[in-house]
Amino acid sequence: MVNDDLQGRKTVIGGMIIFVFVIFVFQLINLQILNTSYKENADSNAFLKRIQYPARGLIYDRTGKLLVYNKPAYDVMVVIKEVEPFDTADFCNTVNIDKNLFVRLIKKIKADKGYSPYTPQLLLSQLSVEEFAVLQEKLFKFPGFYIQNRTLREYTYPCAAHALGSIGEVSQNDIDKDNYYTQGDYAGKSGVEKFYENDLRGDKGVEILLRDARGRIKGKYEKGALDKSPVSGKNLTLSLDIDLQMYGEQLMKGKIGSVVAIEPSTGEILALVSSPTYSPSDLVGRQRSKNFTRLNTDPYKPLLDRPLMARYPPGSTFKVVNSLIFQQEGIITPETKFPCHCGFSAGHLHVGCHCHASPLDMRESLQHSCNAYYCQGLRNMLDNDKYGTTEKAFNVWKKDIVSFGFGYKLGVDFPNENRGYIPNADVYNKIYGHGGWHALTIISIAIGQGEVISTPMQTANLAAIMANRGYYYPPHIVKNIKGAKLDPKFTQKKFTAVDPKYFEATVDGMEMAVLGGTATIAKIDSIRVCGKTGTAQNPHGKDHSIFMAFAPRDKPRIAIAVFVENAGFGATWAGPIASLMMERYLKGHISPNRKYLEDRMSNTNLMPFVTKR
Amino acid sequence: MSRNVSLAKSIDWPTIVIYLLLVLMGWISVYGASYDFDHPSIFDFSQRAGKQLLWIACSFLLGASLLMIDSRIYDVFAYFIFAGAVFLLIITIFLAPDIKGSRSWLVFGPVSIQPAELGKFATGLALAKYMSQYNYKLKGFKNYLPVLFIILFPMLLVLLQKETGSALVFLAFFLMLYREGMPGVLLYLALCCIVLFIVIVRFGDVFLQGANIGSLGFLVSQIFILITELGFILVFEKNTKPVLLFLKAYGIIAVIAIGLNFFIKVDYTYFGYFAIAASIIYLFWISIRQRRKNYTFVAIFMIFSIAYCFSADYIFDNVLEPHQETRIKVVLAMEDDPTGAGYNVNQSKIAIGSGQFLGKGFLNGTQTKLKYVPEQDTDFIFCTVGEEHGFWGSVLVLGLYVGLMLRLLFIAERQREPFGRIYGYCVTSVLFFHFAINIGMVLGLAPVIGIPLPFFSYGGSSLWGFTIMLFIMLRLDVGRLEQMH
Ligand SMILES: [Zn+2]
Repeated sequence: MVNDDLQGRKTVIGGMIIFVFVIFVFQLINLQILNTSYKENADSNAFLKRIQYPARGLIYDRTGKLLVYNKPAYDVMVVIKEVEPFDTADFCNTVNIDKNLFVRLIKKIKADKGYSPYTPQLLLSQLSVEEFAVLQEKLFKFPGFYIQNRTLREYTYPCAAHALGSIGEVSQNDIDKDNYYTQGDYAGKSGVEKFYENDLRGDKGVEILLRDARGRIKGKYEKGALDKSPVSGKNLTLSLDIDLQMYGEQLMKGKIGSVVAIEPSTGEILALVSSPTYSPSDLVGRQRSKNFTRLNTDPYKPLLDRPLMARYPPGSTFKVVNSLIFQQEGIITPETKFPCHCGFSAGHLHVGCHCHASPLDMRESLQHSCNAYYCQGLRNMLDNDKYGTTEKAFNVWKKDIVSFGFGYKLGVDFPNENRGYIPNADVYNKIYGHGGWHALTIISIAIGQGEVISTPMQTANLAAIMANRGYYYPPHIVKNIKGAKLDPKFTQKKFTAVDPKYFEATVDGMEMAVLGGTATIAKIDSIRVCGKTGTAQNPHGKDHSIFMAFAPRDKPRIAIAVFVENAGFGATWAGPIASLMMERYLKGHISPNRKYLEDRMSNTNLMPFVTKR
Repeated sequence: MSRNVSLAKSIDWPTIVIYLLLVLMGWISVYGASYDFDHPSIFDFSQRAGKQLLWIACSFLLGASLLMIDSRIYDVFAYFIFAGAVFLLIITIFLAPDIKGSRSWLVFGPVSIQPAELGKFATGLALAKYMSQYNYKLKGFKNYLPVLFIILFPMLLVLLQKETGSALVFLAFFLMLYREGMPGVLLYLALCCIVLFIVIVRFGDVFLQGANIGSLGFLVSQIFILITELGFILVFEKNTKPVLLFLKAYGIIAVIAIGLNFFIKVDYTYFGYFAIAASIIYLFWISIRQRRKNYTFVAIFMIFSIAYCFSADYIFDNVLEPHQETRIKVVLAMEDDPTGAGYNVNQSKIAIGSGQFLGKGFLNGTQTKLKYVPEQDTDFIFCTVGEEHGFWGSVLVLGLYVGLMLRLLFIAERQREPFGRIYGYCVTSVLFFHFAINIGMVLGLAPVIGIPLPFFSYGGSSLWGFTIMLFIMLRLDVGRLEQMH
């Protein structure tokens, strides 16, 4: 062969070819196998995933009346990468915003944490139908802008705002926590809308469209085989009776407070009034943020969901629980009599009582709401040798109290329930030292004052326990979810630590209070009402008026608690309101001889008495 | 008739099979890449896949005719063919319309051809003819000059057409020169230029914090120069003694540099310059004492290398045009510019990367079909393979190219006449250059130089050019056997 000394060079050249090949294979491994981000990149490039929003579940009341439904709304979305120069003035005119706002909105979008120039970003939410119609026609002039159909909430009745709750745009936090959401989505923010969000929201559908490098839609990917139709949210039937709810809101007009009505045999909430209130449609659409700010700065705090979040001393309604515990613990029998000389005196301590006949037995003590009786009862319990120490005795009392649903969350189907407060022995040990306290030190808890705190919901639940004579179902507002099961905890009886046999005597006392005691104003013709007044001391001003009751005495259908802030003695305001609600619910109307009461309750404004905090 | 029988027997079928496979796969890829949702037929002659089918049919005719022609004709007419090609290249400069800034297309009615594609095989033939003269040796300035002229003159003409990519392809012939006796050190020096350039441009402005290294690029370059120096000494002198001596000295300098830096901060590159300067002086000294020219050569290499390092920065900033600068920066991952210069490469990597192992399936590629990848049926045609057929398909195609090139090496080496061998190496070198640069570009490893992927890319000129080039070689290979009988 020719030039044999150069023969080896063919190997060098062959080696170079193979070397380059090996490098290419390594790069292919790197791009195609090791690195998956290219795949995702390609998908977000070429696929326009057009989300199809499901209709949110409808909400009905217990009688099947439609409360909440949907109406169409239109959001303007923008894909920044696809925007080409366009007539900004024309665009702003079409959607009725000024140019500065437009510039600000674009800036805000770009500053967002989850911002991507390739995906649709929310520019303007909830165009009116008219704006939508005009923009739709001009949309071809504004490449990169899209209209996203959505639904807004619409309300048949202007009430039950706190119970129903509202929906609003999701926060970045929501997006991070739940990958269902993307920027600009809506989710329940309070009330039923929030608690039952996962049932109401349904499943989003998606339409996968092919989009070329210039943003033009080139048809459906795989002819739509991978598209997913949206699945509507589940409809909810509330246990709320919308007529009773409206009536409650009418009665509470001009007052600060709560009404909670429960069906004792199921734990279903019949009415949930938080006053002052607002119309649920105030927090819908583009006026939402404006109204939210207004409500949020209102000194009467209309946004506060008082039935679940307001904390009051339970006052004399607590005597009902104590009468049961004392019986259970063998401290008293219904026949046990304690004296009362216009109050309870021990050493220097004096707890006042209004003056009445003495001594009283247990039933009469409830009838007349005698403070002395319960101070004596609690003293006898805590100082009782059978427990060993006051501490141990107190913890038995606490355990019994807690079994009535006080001190802890009841587990209602609302997102913002307050647990109230019941101290244990350690709390007092911390304040007074071990052995540094005894029955008299803490005697005020016997009459629902002092350290104990309850919410209106817990008090209403107590009324339900009395109606059931010893058990309750956790109160809940949703009766039925279409196509899903209610949380089983709502259908499980929870018994208190007190034997049901002790309840009848206490119920006697509650009925006597209505028939001829502190709560005669709550009497309803031909219905046996059992009730208990209460007054919660208010260090900031006039005492809060409390009333709890259930009716009828046999086979009760409604249990109720009414709190009216700064309204004084329980019988004055809370009692009549509770009574009217019960009459309305049980009879369907108010008897003519009580119309005056209805008028007085509806038309009295107690707001000026409110001390601004 | 008997001629045809012997042709069927003696033609190199493996090459034919690989050629047919590549052309067929190329056609399918062009169909995939230029797929139009409104014109889905592969045989629609108004669409690119249909047109490509026409070009392919012409190529087959062309290839078949070339096999019929007597192989001696190439030897005889090599210079005429070369002169014809040069003439075409020259008139192209003046006659070609301006298409996207380049004047490289001659338009004949509905057909346009790119003479640069024909210039490659003509240059190969001329080189083969000149270098296969009796007693010709690739040695001495006189012998090199005509060879350089044959390579660089058409290259210059293509450059004048503003077709930088096609012009650079002519550099591939130096690989053939290497096979024919050009000193390997020249190839290595070219490699050194590229490596030093990349290192300086990429890392020249990188200053490691705390490590007190000075410019990382210069330090790496210094180490590279020192290693090359030792390599040269080993290869030229085959003497390990001076190499060990140098290694010891460098070790001591390194230890001192590190030790000193515990106390006072002294830039490491200073020690590098010191080591290089000392080496140069020592090399000159032993060169004189031992009368060995090789040491002088190594010393001069080092001087030029250092000078080159200093000027590389300048070259990059002042000689290259801004868009070329950006292309290089994108490849070196110094600039992330997904909408500008980096767009092509970024989209190309996305398309290939999204194919993953199995690919998305034929016609299911979204990136290429939706025109995210520019030039997707010409220069970036490989994206379609990567996206639709994934890793296995890509490796298969690359394997076919490697198979073809190695087969051509084998064919070239079995030629009895230098003419055939030299021409064979020309074909292999040009193919290799296209393969390395095109695939490298698509994979983001080489700068964006617009040259097509042989047999794959859409376009008649490129396909015809490579078909002619390949079939002349096959015909020469058949001729080798004819002369034996
Ligand atoms: Zn009393």
